[in-house]
Amino acid sequence: MENIVSLKNIIVEFDGERVLKNISLDIKDKEFVTLLGPSGCGKTTTLRIIAGFIDPTSGDVLFDGERINSLPPHKRNVNTVFQRYALFPHLNVYDNIAFGLRVKKVPEKEILSRVGEMLDMVNLRGFEKRSVQRLSGGQQQRVAIARALVNRPKVLLLDEPLGALDLKLRKGMQTELRRIQQQLELTFVYVTHDQEEALTMSDTVVVMNNGHIQQIGSPTDIYNEPVNAFVADFIGESNIVNGSMPKDCVVEFTGRQFECVDKGFSPDETVDVVIRPEDIKIIPAENAKLTGIVESVVFKGVHYEMIVDGVDHKWTIHSTKYEPVGTMIGMHVDPYDIHIMKKTKEDEGTEL
Amino acid sequence: MKMKVLSAPYLVWMCVFIVVPLIMVAYFAVTTDNGSLTVQHLADVGQYANIFVRSIWLSVIATAICLVVAYPIAFLLSRMEKHHQGTMLMLVMLPMWMNFLLRTYAWMTLLGNNGIINYLFGLVGLGPYKLINTSGAVVLGMVYNYLPFMILPLYSVMEKIDKSVIEAASDLGSNPRSVLFRVIVPLSVPGITSGITMVFVPAISTFIISRMLGGGSNLLIGDLIEMQFLGNSYNPHLGAAISLVLMAIILVIMTVMNQFSPDDQVLI
Ligand SMILES: Nc1ncnc2c1ncn2[C@@H]1O[C@H](COP(=O)(O)OP(=O)(O)OP(=O)(O)O)[C@@H](O)[C@H]1O
Ligand SMILES: [Mg+2]
Repeated sequence: MENIVSLKNIIVEFDGERVLKNISLDIKDKEFVTLLGPSGCGKTTTLRIIAGFIDPTSGDVLFDGERINSLPPHKRNVNTVFQRYALFPHLNVYDNIAFGLRVKKVPEKEILSRVGEMLDMVNLRGFEKRSVQRLSGGQQQRVAIARALVNRPKVLLLDEPLGALDLKLRKGMQTELRRIQQQLELTFVYVTHDQEEALTMSDTVVVMNNGHIQQIGSPTDIYNEPVNAFVADFIGESNIVNGSMPKDCVVEFTGRQFECVDKGFSPDETVDVVIRPEDIKIIPAENAKLTGIVESVVFKGVHYEMIVDGVDHKWTIHSTKYEPVGTMIGMHVDPYDIHIMKKTKEDEGTEL
Repeated sequence: MKMKVLSAPYLVWMCVFIVVPLIMVAYFAVTTDNGSLTVQHLADVGQYANIFVRSIWLSVIATAICLVVAYPIAFLLSRMEKHHQGTMLMLVMLPMWMNFLLRTYAWMTLLGNNGIINYLFGLVGLGPYKLINTSGAVVLGMVYNYLPFMILPLYSVMEKIDKSVIEAASDLGSNPRSVLFRVIVPLSVPGITSGITMVFVPAISTFIISRMLGGGSNLLIGDLIEMQFLGNSYNPHLGAAISLVLMAIILVIMTVMNQFSPDDQVLI
């Protein structure tokens, strides 16, 4: 597959403050790419670079292999679903959605059918004549999606397009967007800070933090093999403790040594040890290396979430087995569930 | 209940200074000196149809020129960085701080037959042209004096146009021209209508500008009314009748204008 959009060593500064710090990213044709990261990490800025609203301080933006740094937004075959909708307040729902097609002088008859299709998709039939100022937040968001999607751009940029919707509607729209993306064979660059959304919808997830790309990979890669503690923590909850590697396949944390499967660290290198809450099994306390006292139990539907005080560290455990508060329990983790990660300095990305 | 008490002073104010004078004007217009009802004065207004036509025509032209000149100024102003906007806005207002008469006098000396402009023309071997005492000079005076009243309402609506809406339009394929006509102009309609109102109403009823820059041949409604109260042809009843007709004309024009405003933003 071809790269449709490439960002090469993009740096963006606002008033001397560096917001994107050397971002490189290749997006393949027909791919569903999700940018995932905490608030303020630079997701919207990255989209705005692709859409053409920001000229990067340095670096290149390629579209279909051509450099488009100075191509204005209206000449790019890209449409955006804006984070804050940006609907036209003087137009009704129908005219908002039809805007892009009218600019391109598409015949009104075709506009009628294409806008109709979109209205069905976003469940807004009957709202055609309604002023967009008299819509709820969720309805406005759906108009914004329809307004961009109706143009069938090669690349669609979606900036948290489902943020204002309730859970049920959001799940429905997730499936719908994914279906449309596959059916029309569009490239989606999707921004979210909801990790579950990122994992369920995407072909590729790009985890960002603080203006750096932390990791690029498939949802399973990102989940199962996070490259550092930040990614591990951001993608699902994790227990992260300081440790060291006395030798290959042995890791020491909370004062004890454990068997693991990682090698290639220098002797006694300090590392982050990451253990997922669902990978900690409860065993009798007598023959356990790790023990602790149950501090709190919360029922989460499928499992119980327990906080276990193990003196050196408070462990979060997800278990279907209920243990009352105050019980002393033992904990076991299989070697391959102990993830060892090189320490990264706070402000750094991982070289990829 | 509380609202009613609070609004009482305004109601009194409005009665004393707006409603009562209006009634008095209307009363004067339809009575004679000894108090009997008559429509004679209103009928007499018809004699001055040519002055009405000239006033409407000149103020329409002046308003149109103001709109064309003010629109780009207001737009640029609204897109400037916030901290520059204040300074620029002050520059726009600056002429208004000077006395109205003084400003208009200044134009008299500029436009006079021996004025600076004709002097400059003379230097390059042109003219002298007749600049003062023409209808063009009256329009110029109107544009100069009332331009800020067009810029300000335009600026204040444009400044509220969200930058992201403009971005959305270009994202959807609009070039700058199409952004202007599909988004910015429609969104500034309330500013356009209120700017037109604020320029047209004083322009159509002005008398100083026409007196000073138009000479005797460019009499406007304002001059006509003034003459009925202060001039040789003292006739307050006719003056009141002319005022009443003028008011009716303005009302009709403004009602037509408001048809172009979006329904939730009716202005006067
Ligand atoms: N126009 C601007 N001028 C100055 N700083 C800016 C500008 N736009 C964004 N920033 C800064 O750049 C950083 C990244 O912003 P960005 O909008 O890309 O974050 P984000 O990842 O989209 O966050 P969120 O999830 O909250 O939307 C933030 O620290 C923000 O304050
Ligand atoms: Mg954002």
